[in-house]
Amino acid sequence: MSDLYLDETLILDDLDDTTNESVLRTLATNLYKRKFVKESYIQAIIDREEQYATGLPTKGTSVAIPHTDKEHVIQKSLSIGILKEPVDFGIMGEEKETTSVDIVFMLAMDDEHSQLAMLQRLMKIFQDEEQLLFLKNTKDKKKMVSVLKDALALSYQGGETT
Amino acid sequence: MKKRVLVACGTGIATSTVVNEAVESMCEDNNVEAEVIQCKISDIPAYEDSAHLLITTTVTKKDYPFPVINARSFLTGIGTEETKAEILEALKQ
Repeated sequence: MSDLYLDETLILDDLDDTTNESVLRTLATNLYKRKFVKESYIQAIIDREEQYATGLPTKGTSVAIPHTDKEHVIQKSLSIGILKEPVDFGIMGEEKETTSVDIVFMLAMDDEHSQLAMLQRLMKIFQDEEQLLFLKNTKDKKKMVSVLKDALALSYQGGETT
Repeated sequence: MKKRVLVACGTGIATSTVVNEAVESMCEDNNVEAEVIQCKISDIPAYEDSAHLLITTTVTKKDYPFPVINARSFLTGIGTEETKAEILEALKQ
């Protein structure tokens, strides 16, 4: 089982997108350019968000976890988008309600179950107000990668740039 | 009778994985016998006649012959106890 990939190139901060579709396009296009996903992933993730919203109100800052079917994924990876101004995302499981999202965790995933532990740790981050605020406010991508890798217990192989 | 519980999300790979595990361990902790099946929301019609409960993180657009419980709290940690109580109550029926 290969590990989920994360490095500084997959963290985009100060995004000035103003709609959720635009944020999704920015993050997904970056994943595509870096060959982590197929081109079809871009539209698939936009369509999926439209159908099944992924915004999650948390105790800290709201987050979204867009993801889509595995056939669009080349390499399991995680991409993070930090928005300059919050953007509205539909709330997961709600028909119309939205939440103002500051941080987008875009997942490129393949098989079921294999990522359970990582996903559980990701949800732990969502329940940790301080950690979310750190991610939202820090400008230090390198530190962000290392904090996230520790929090998600990802291996450092191939993910670290130094 | 062993209850059949469906845990569904849009893709069947991300949020339902987390919820599936939470529901399984919750059943175990409370000595509830249940068969927990993780699936995509679009797979549900296949189980419509046999399931007793649907736990989901997505919007359900149609009526099912069994109760539907929203499980977003397992992801955000807000209201988890209430959701657990709701699930246990539904499984006792």
